[in-house]
Amino acid sequence: MADTPTPSVAPSAPTLRRSHPLASREEDLRALTGGSVGVRPHLAMAVVRAAVPGPAARAAEDVLGTALPTRPNTWAPAAPGGGGEPGAVVWLGPDEWLVLADEPRPEALEERLRAALVPVGGSAVDVSAQRMSLRLRGAHARDVLAAGCAVDTHPAVFGAGTSAQTLLGQAGVVLLSRSDAGDDYEVLVRSSFARYLADWLLDAFVEHRGAEAPRDPAPDPVRPTTGGATP
Amino acid sequence: MQLIECPWCGPREEVEFSYGGQAHVPYPESPAELDDEQWAHYVFFRDNTRGTLAERWNHGAGCRRWFNAMRDTVSYRFSAVYRTAEPMPASVPLTGAGSSSASATTSTTTSTTTTGR
Amino acid sequence: MSATLDRPERAGDPQAPFRTADGGRVDRSRTLTFTFGGRSLTGHPGDTLASALLSHGVHQVATSVKLGRPRGIGAAWAEDPTSLVQVEEPFPEPMLLASTIELYDGLVADGLPGQGRLADLPDSARYDARHLHVDLLVVGAGPAGLSAALVAARAGARVALVDEQAEAGGALLGGTDTIDGRPGTAWVEAAVAELAALPDVMHLQRTTVFGVYDDGFALAVERRTDHLGGAAPQHLSRQRVWRVRARRTVVATGAHERPVVFTDNDRPGTMLAGSARTYLHRYGVLAGERAVVFTTNDSAYQVAVELADAGVDVTVVETRERAPVAWSAACGARGLPVRTGSVVTGTEGVERVTAALVAPRGGGAPEALPCDLLLVSGGWNPAVHLYSQARGRLRFDAVLGAFLPAEQLPDLDVVGSAAGTLDLEGCLFTGRETGRAAVAALGLPEVPRTPQADPTVDPPPPASDPDLLWVVPAVDGDASRQFVDVQRDATVADVQRAVGAGLRSPEHVKRYTTIGTAHDQGKTSGVVMSGILGELIGAGPQDVGTTTFRPPYTPVAFATLAGRDRGAMFDPERTTALHDWHLAHGAVWEDVGQWKRPRHYPAPGEDMEAAVLRECAAVRSGVGILDGSTLGKIDVQGPDAGVLLDRLYTNLMSSLKVGRVRYGVMCGVDGMVLDDGVVLRLAEDRWMVMTTTGGAAKVLDWMEEWLQTEWPDLRVHLASVTEQWAAFPVVGPRSRDVVGAVFPGVDVSAEAFEFMTWQDTQLEGVPVRLARISFSGELAWEVHVSSWHAEEVWHRLVAAGQEHGITPYGTETMHVLRAEKGYPIIGQDTDGTVTPQDLGMDWVVSKKKADFVGKRSFARADNQRPDRKHLVGLLPTDGETVLPEGSQVVDVPLGEDLPAPPVPMLGHVTSSYRSAFLGRPFALAMLQGGRERVGEVVQLPVGGRLVAAEVTGPVLVDPEGARRDG
Repeated sequence: MADTPTPSVAPSAPTLRRSHPLASREEDLRALTGGSVGVRPHLAMAVVRAAVPGPAARAAEDVLGTALPTRPNTWAPAAPGGGGEPGAVVWLGPDEWLVLADEPRPEALEERLRAALVPVGGSAVDVSAQRMSLRLRGAHARDVLAAGCAVDTHPAVFGAGTSAQTLLGQAGVVLLSRSDAGDDYEVLVRSSFARYLADWLLDAFVEHRGAEAPRDPAPDPVRPTTGGATP
Repeated sequence: MQLIECPWCGPREEVEFSYGGQAHVPYPESPAELDDEQWAHYVFFRDNTRGTLAERWNHGAGCRRWFNAMRDTVSYRFSAVYRTAEPMPASVPLTGAGSSSASATTSTTTSTTTTGR
Repeated sequence: MSATLDRPERAGDPQAPFRTADGGRVDRSRTLTFTFGGRSLTGHPGDTLASALLSHGVHQVATSVKLGRPRGIGAAWAEDPTSLVQVEEPFPEPMLLASTIELYDGLVADGLPGQGRLADLPDSARYDARHLHVDLLVVGAGPAGLSAALVAARAGARVALVDEQAEAGGALLGGTDTIDGRPGTAWVEAAVAELAALPDVMHLQRTTVFGVYDDGFALAVERRTDHLGGAAPQHLSRQRVWRVRARRTVVATGAHERPVVFTDNDRPGTMLAGSARTYLHRYGVLAGERAVVFTTNDSAYQVAVELADAGVDVTVVETRERAPVAWSAACGARGLPVRTGSVVTGTEGVERVTAALVAPRGGGAPEALPCDLLLVSGGWNPAVHLYSQARGRLRFDAVLGAFLPAEQLPDLDVVGSAAGTLDLEGCLFTGRETGRAAVAALGLPEVPRTPQADPTVDPPPPASDPDLLWVVPAVDGDASRQFVDVQRDATVADVQRAVGAGLRSPEHVKRYTTIGTAHDQGKTSGVVMSGILGELIGAGPQDVGTTTFRPPYTPVAFATLAGRDRGAMFDPERTTALHDWHLAHGAVWEDVGQWKRPRHYPAPGEDMEAAVLRECAAVRSGVGILDGSTLGKIDVQGPDAGVLLDRLYTNLMSSLKVGRVRYGVMCGVDGMVLDDGVVLRLAEDRWMVMTTTGGAAKVLDWMEEWLQTEWPDLRVHLASVTEQWAAFPVVGPRSRDVVGAVFPGVDVSAEAFEFMTWQDTQLEGVPVRLARISFSGELAWEVHVSSWHAEEVWHRLVAAGQEHGITPYGTETMHVLRAEKGYPIIGQDTDGTVTPQDLGMDWVVSKKKADFVGKRSFARADNQRPDRKHLVGLLPTDGETVLPEGSQVVDVPLGEDLPAPPVPMLGHVTSSYRSAFLGRPFALAMLQGGRERVGEVVQLPVGGRLVAAEVTGPVLVDPEGARRDG
């Protein structure tokens, strides 16, 4: 937002080494077939609390450069000022949002938001390390989700811009749909569950091993979506 | 696996929710002024209704919001859900919540019971 | 088979003499080899194990569970009560039906004497699950189900069509019906192809809907690779559970033929009549060469005529006085004898039926009709299982002689034979109409009627009313060989005994006799039992009713239900940012809730006791470091944050100054301790609440509950930041050196950095928070940093600590150190019946606050009793015994032996360890009136002897608190 003073802190990322829980899984994730799971381990995130409509919500919208999505189970793209890839604002509750931003200093997101929101009754918390972002893409992305998510992900009801806080496997997740074709999702998972979820996803993709490879020699290995005659 | 309609998120599987006991049991204004029996009534005693009971539920795996629901303790069927700030429905309008007419394809729509808080 | 019968010449496979020369849906161009009972046999793709066995004339499959009587193949699908086999290869699996196993090359199976045998090696196959959301779930891909699915799918509905057989078609697969002048199967193929072209149709074959639950939820099991045998690809799940959520459901599950009970009705070669027709038309197999068809209704005549046309010598035994007019001509044209007004009273034969004993229904001497196949039809039971599971009521239809759906359920329809519509035209019509009605109920655009495009079929022959006959009375009065549940060896005599014992309800008779409790769950026996019970107690079927139809419709393996939630994925393991470091340093894990926490780090050759003694000594004499990242952390913000905390903590929190830390306890409204931890005041409007590891979710939920439901007016916001902040206690007399070295910008002197204060600093531009908190009584800092940098900060602390011998320690050492200081662990030393006062923590209960959650309960009479259990220390007087946690303190004076039970008890040990610092074992205990017993010696039974222990205060190390400032 134009009125916000430029942060005095240097925008470059600190030199202190960062790590993340999925380093030991990255090779396996890269080797997936039938789809892909991308890891964005160091995405800045903040929880924003503000009553809508109200001054705190307006303050948040000024900082984020977008309207807060007020429909449950939706998210909106946002550009919260840190540069880099566009972020997102995800509806978490009637007065609660999760902001995702590409931000070299994650705490700067909280600082900007708190500076704007606290004086008018809102709040913000840095939760950058609370969750990790996994990007699930590919023709089988929906199938993999359907292995452990009870929410209907049909593009007609879960197209781009929709979201759900729900369970995937046995992990709580925030699930964002990023496509109208059912082939691109972002999964936000608490970092303590990240390994479990990565292992769960790796396991769910086993089904699609060789999806791009030549057909299995065995006759009729999977029933097609619509069954034909007996083999 | 029942569906429970969160007044915010719409119908979700019951595993996303936790039960919070009978609704509309307010914390006493001045606990110190209650005698032991009155206090015990607040702490330990709840209705044991056979039939429709107003209950508290929390959408713990979703939006983390508490809400109230009218549920039949015999059939388990939900007849209404309403937000904490809303009054208990006088009659029991059978909306989509928990009944099997709940649409499986409308999980992203907002509740018809929404009246703001 | 009987070798004495003349075998007609057939041009089929000489190895499979009962295979017809042509016809059937098996692929005769390929031959599969399998082994049954040690015999190597052949079949074709499309066969079931049962049809392949029958093609070789093999009827006897097994012996019965209790009586050891030979048992054969009783039907052509899941209603078969008898053909239980054990598959041995490719993987051992018990209790499968030969009539439902699709044949594959290399199958090895044996008949089962009633009970199966679990494999003693782990099942390496995958099993998984899928969620599926649809507008319409159609169960059964016979003519009714296909019709309904087509109508709905054409209207744009999301449709799941689920059928348990290998291919769609239902009854059309095993019959000769034509639709639009072509074989019914051609219509099926066209319908399947049309559905395949629609994007939102999920068509699943080999998939059994085994349960219908609340709110349109249904579970189905798909047998994905079973039919491939050893060739099944390992990466595909063998079986899959479909978790279907449907706005509406159409049950088109067909009907099961019902047997009539008579003496020795269990001999191999006895089969449901319609099944023989299925074996003929679908599999190209003759179930026998000389058949007696025993029927109460018209449907078996079609079987008789078609078998006769296939060369079988057939006699019909008809219970009714007149043969149906519609079939008389067909029988006459084939010279097919019909014995009307007759019944089968018994059979002859041992391993195979050799004759049916036929007598006039009114009585008279039985005549033995030689046969190798005895086909029975007592009418049809609509498969109402799923409808009943959906809580639909049934009514008995006297004309059909069957239980039918009695009501329209809001979201579930029953069509076709499952609703008692037994003719093809009716099935097609009701399927279409139900599909159309479902489309309307779903709010989709109306489907126009197009009568000219609707499939047409030949009208069925006029039907005559069926007879209703449950059991043919035993000629000699002995009902003990009249099998009601053939699999359970349960007979009419058992039902008589149940009634004699006073039982009247089919539910009770079921449990008394075990009828209907076998793998088939009474698909053929349940209704028959109700009928027989009714006759015995003089009640009609409507009054007797049926037993409750419960899931699963057919057996489902536990492995299938478990799916992927097994092994490491049975329960999620939560890990901290340091997990790999702990792994690399040999941590032995402790499960704390779902967290994996290092319990201790054994050096080579160390057991846990040695490791923990070493770790404890290192902390109290030098410096140790713990991964405390699992502690719950809650960010509390807002102008009223202090008010909320004052209401939920027993002590005053709002008076805490920014920069300071306070220990606090939360209680339930009953005054019992819920959780404890420290609170950091970060700013005027901001606090960080720390909880126990196990209490993190509970405390956040608790705070939200009060905030949202009782005090929504408070301006407070809560957020979990448990994973945001890694937390490392650096503990011990040398901790100041380590923390000071890593964070040179911080003055770590006792004066500049007081106990129970925190300070923010930075490490290369990254925010770090240091707090002087101690859970051990030692000088200690807790280092908080974003989990992104946790590993690096930990490395730096460990590196800086090298010169001081820094020792990573685990939860066990943490527990010992805190217990030495008398700090309770909520949930270990407390159990939900303990007040702060019981813990000796009056000091944490505010006297100033007018109210807080739990306060009023402290004044309850029961919480004022002097003999409440108090937290105390125990020192075993022998200086050696580590009292097992949970040991009871008994009210037995010193010098006396344990009296006979009941032994009066005074309390129990809650924590017990060996202390490196004290050089002896010690324990914490909850002891009646414990604070008044300090100095007494009490006794505890341990391993058959009484151990004496001195009662002390709970604080055993440094009660003056001299060590905490280093």
